[in-house]
Amino acid sequence: MLEIEDLACLKGDRLLFRGLALTLAAGELLRVAGPNGVGKTSLLRLVTGLALAEAGEVRWQGVAIGRDRDAFHRDLLYLGHASALNDLLTPLENLRFACAAAGDEVDEGTCMEALVRIGLADQLDLPARVLSQGQRRRVGLARLFLSSGRRLWVLDEPFTALDVRAVADLATTLSDHCRAGGMVMLTTHQDAPFAVEPRVLDIGAYAC
Amino acid sequence: MLNTFFAVLRRDLLLAWRGRADVLVTLAFFVIVVCLFPFGVGAEPNQLRAIAPGVLWVAALLACLLSLHRLFAQDHVDGTLEQLLLSSEPAVLWVLAKVLAFWLTTGLPVVLVAPGLALLLDLEQGALPTLALSLALGTPILALLGAVGAALTLGVRGGGMLLALLILPLFVPVLIFGAGAVEAEASGTGAAAHLLLLGGGLAGALALAPLACAAALRISTD
Amino acid sequence: MNSSQRGFRIFRFAAPQVFYPLAGRLAPWFAAAAVALTLVGLWLGFVVAPTDATQGEVYRVIFIHVPAAWMSMFIYLVMAFWSAVGLVMNTRLSFVMSQALAPTGAIFCFVALWTGALWGKPTWGAYWVWDARLTSQLLLLFLYFGFIALTRAIEDPRRADRAGAIIALVGAVNVPIIYFSVKWWNTLHQGASVSLTKAPSMATTMLAGMLVMAFAAWAYTLAVTLWRVRPMILERERHTEWVGEVLEREGGRK
Repeated sequence: MLEIEDLACLKGDRLLFRGLALTLAAGELLRVAGPNGVGKTSLLRLVTGLALAEAGEVRWQGVAIGRDRDAFHRDLLYLGHASALNDLLTPLENLRFACAAAGDEVDEGTCMEALVRIGLADQLDLPARVLSQGQRRRVGLARLFLSSGRRLWVLDEPFTALDVRAVADLATTLSDHCRAGGMVMLTTHQDAPFAVEPRVLDIGAYAC
Repeated sequence: MLNTFFAVLRRDLLLAWRGRADVLVTLAFFVIVVCLFPFGVGAEPNQLRAIAPGVLWVAALLACLLSLHRLFAQDHVDGTLEQLLLSSEPAVLWVLAKVLAFWLTTGLPVVLVAPGLALLLDLEQGALPTLALSLALGTPILALLGAVGAALTLGVRGGGMLLALLILPLFVPVLIFGAGAVEAEASGTGAAAHLLLLGGGLAGALALAPLACAAALRISTD
Repeated sequence: MNSSQRGFRIFRFAAPQVFYPLAGRLAPWFAAAAVALTLVGLWLGFVVAPTDATQGEVYRVIFIHVPAAWMSMFIYLVMAFWSAVGLVMNTRLSFVMSQALAPTGAIFCFVALWTGALWGKPTWGAYWVWDARLTSQLLLLFLYFGFIALTRAIEDPRRADRAGAIIALVGAVNVPIIYFSVKWWNTLHQGASVSLTKAPSMATTMLAGMLVMAFAAWAYTLAVTLWRVRPMILERERHTEWVGEVLEREGGRK
């Protein structure tokens, strides 16, 4: 269970939001909504522990995330704006590295399957710099297939640059993850065909 | 536990291999800086012999400094750094892996080339092994200290100059003991004390610098 | 801001709204003490203290040089201390303190170098010799510059605070290493040089003058730092209620 209590976010010298409280239980899919610049990405980064909260606390399974960072990170998958791809490496090398860096032991065959499943069968051995935006995004998203053990998925604009079919596939994957007891927290400006209508958190309500 | 360590090490070495021009540029820089000195101070062999240890060490230090920005910059831009920080394995481990890969691709070539360059400056031949050894012990310290500076200046405007200002004062002891070792060997007083101090410095830097570096990297993504 | 937002007060901050007026009240007292102590110290040093048997009148520069050198090292330690406190306890006031101290430390460092050079010319015959103390002092000045440049270059105050704290701590760990390595290097290269502080058979009045000047420097540091801390607190806390009230009270300055 993810609990957020009285969270405040300072960006530069501007207070974006404060008093934000939220509880996310197993099986829930949460969409963080609000206009540009309201602090959606900042909220996701606070939840992952990458950014420091101005006030308030984020707890995972009842423990503040800063207290047992490694345990929290074992349960967390975060895909941010940046694709975390190195241009000189192939999608396969990038994916294998991403898994190993996160602390997962995944063999090459499994990585290849994930990339094929997300529609990159023909790009396995090309350097990432020749991929299109959508294809780059997919390399990152392939990690979803390899991270079902990580319960909390925090996804920043996962649908950007994806075509209609890919959006539908991704929505199904996210719904499946929730059905299996996972949780998803995402931001998006697009409508996606989720099996169950996601819960919506409007940051605008906490804006300063 | 060492999964992440080896994954980062392997990847960074692979990247260095695919972008090997960068590595060669660092090495060429080192060679050229050393070759500039005779033009500046004159080619009188006695004088060159006297300044050789200092020149080689300062050039190695500058070569290290100028390549340090490569250490985290790309990972910072493309988001890899965030993912590494979210790893469930201790940050100290992958920081060490990155610094080790950096040293293998910039420090080690300098160590290997330096004895050859020393001949250009007419350094005592008996001091060549000491030169290589002092660089082999000293350049990892430079890389470790430099990594802290590189992490602190990530994404900061004027980062390169700032990095130099931050870490060059910290490099002074390494320079003193490193160049001192070569000079002591060349003048026949023996370099054991210098080398032992460098080794001690390396042990200390290995223990402390990755911690500071990991903390600095966490700040950089805030 | 209305009163319903008053519940928002969980700043893990050693009560800036308490410290801000306190700093304003204390600073003038320390400034007055600094002036008084400086006058006494200079009187002791330049009027009462006897002429040195070997160095003549030149030695009197130590009444400025030595306290400045002491303070420059002491301030770096205090900076490192506040940085450590800030990183461990997550108190923002500590970071502000260490950043407010840095310029003063750098100035004392510079004064020590400058007066050292002035003393060196008649004594050693050169403005600069690579004496271990002078060289360490120079490197300390570079450490101050690095700290100040880093904290000024980072836009985000919170990131600047923490990055500065780390480099201050790294510097503090390295200061003794630098000092001993330079000293070692110096003895190998030049042999012992005339040491600035070991004036032979220092008279009691000389020592008293130096101590009084050291206290003057200390009081000056406190006064200037407290004055410098105040606007820094306001800047960092400008989105809070009490800063708004303070600004209104002090004449509506923006």
